[in-house]
Amino acid sequence: MEERRINVVVNEEPKSVDVEPRLLLAHFLREVLGLTGTHIGCDTTNCGVCTVLVDGLPMKSCTMFAVMVDGKSVTTVEGLGLPSELHPIQEGFREEHGLQCGFCTPGMMMASKALLEENPNPTEEDVRWGLSGNLCRCTGYQNIVKSVLWAAEKLRSEAGAISR
Amino acid sequence: MYPSRFHYEAPRSLDEAFGVLQAYGDEAKILAGGQSLIPLIKLRFAAPACIVDINNIPGLDFHEEDSDGSLNIGALCRHRTLERSPLLRSKYPTMSATAPLIADPMVRNRGTLVGSVCHADPQGDWASVMLAMGGEIIARRADGSERAIPVSQFVVGPFQNALAQGEIAVRARVPAARGTRTGTYLKLERRVGDFATVGLAVALEVSGGTINRAGLALTGVGPNNIQCTAAEQSLAGKSLNASTIEQAARLAAEAAQPKTDVRGSAEYKRHVVYTFVTRALSNRQASAA
Repeated sequence: MEERRINVVVNEEPKSVDVEPRLLLAHFLREVLGLTGTHIGCDTTNCGVCTVLVDGLPMKSCTMFAVMVDGKSVTTVEGLGLPSELHPIQEGFREEHGLQCGFCTPGMMMASKALLEENPNPTEEDVRWGLSGNLCRCTGYQNIVKSVLWAAEKLRSEAGAISR
Repeated sequence: MYPSRFHYEAPRSLDEAFGVLQAYGDEAKILAGGQSLIPLIKLRFAAPACIVDINNIPGLDFHEEDSDGSLNIGALCRHRTLERSPLLRSKYPTMSATAPLIADPMVRNRGTLVGSVCHADPQGDWASVMLAMGGEIIARRADGSERAIPVSQFVVGPFQNALAQGEIAVRARVPAARGTRTGTYLKLERRVGDFATVGLAVALEVSGGTINRAGLALTGVGPNNIQCTAAEQSLAGKSLNASTIEQAARLAAEAAQPKTDVRGSAEYKRHVVYTFVTRALSNRQASAA
């Protein structure tokens, strides 16, 4: 069986692992590294629950092979914040009830992270377009959008506090 | 879902890539964005023996105008880049309108225009745009020679392109305009991110109110993207007015070959083509006035 060594930084930790080329990034994260925060939903490049950041950009980890992130950096929801120290996006989802069953939440949060980095002051419409690749089967979109707007405001006020 | 096993190569140069293609022949498959190919491999509709990942080859992620005014789009230029491109926004309205309508943000971060055209999915939006703009795919061979294949000849059937064994599609090219470009892409989808129920690319090259060149092409209403040749010819040399717009809309609707499916009936889709052409051209007329 063919394997290749990949060197990848996952949530700021360097990893060096031999993987089969056909191993999907989503399976690599979940089954090889044990990072089960990244979910697998549709498995057909539709739902976005497997979204992770690859070199800072949100991508569907079910639609990349693990060998393709050799030399890159990957951020999963585990790298977003800690239970004791939530990321403002995670706080926003808690404050605004942005999750019901919670299955889509990791993908929503990772897509939101990239969205807010590019556009720190989004309109509701910007958020809806930014999350248009992430499906919520509970259809909890209203509160998800509110959560992201809450996080945007918190991040802006934090940035303002730092610059003062 | 687990893809079947394959051998993986990630060449660092085109020369290396050609070497792999030579070794594996038609068992090798080029991987760029992978947003169509990987789903096919996962579903085992495709099971290539060798994947040639070109993402590590420098010099393919660009889009720029040549000195002759043609636009070149490299094989690794992502939809994301085109969506944010000031060049497209200022000079290529049809492409600028299309990019944000491709799939969803995550797919656009990875997928490429050239890969989309090579994939030749009848539902692909970019092939319609390239048809409307008279675009070409530049195929390169191991000896460094290149040939330009008009997209009208490049897409030879559903999921089939005209690349010969050992060739790599290295860029797409849009020839220089005769006049100012105006145009748009209209896409009816059941929900955001879906494939088109009907897509329409309109690309006009206009000077002094006269249409020097008209490009109209359809997505989702035939076994491939459809170039509306009769409608294009009806507009060439004319100006936009109620009668030329009506004639073009009628000819485009006649060129459509829609089928009834989950996205709508054939009659409905044909009617949408008529409406889209009318709308797109009327808006161009309004913005020119």
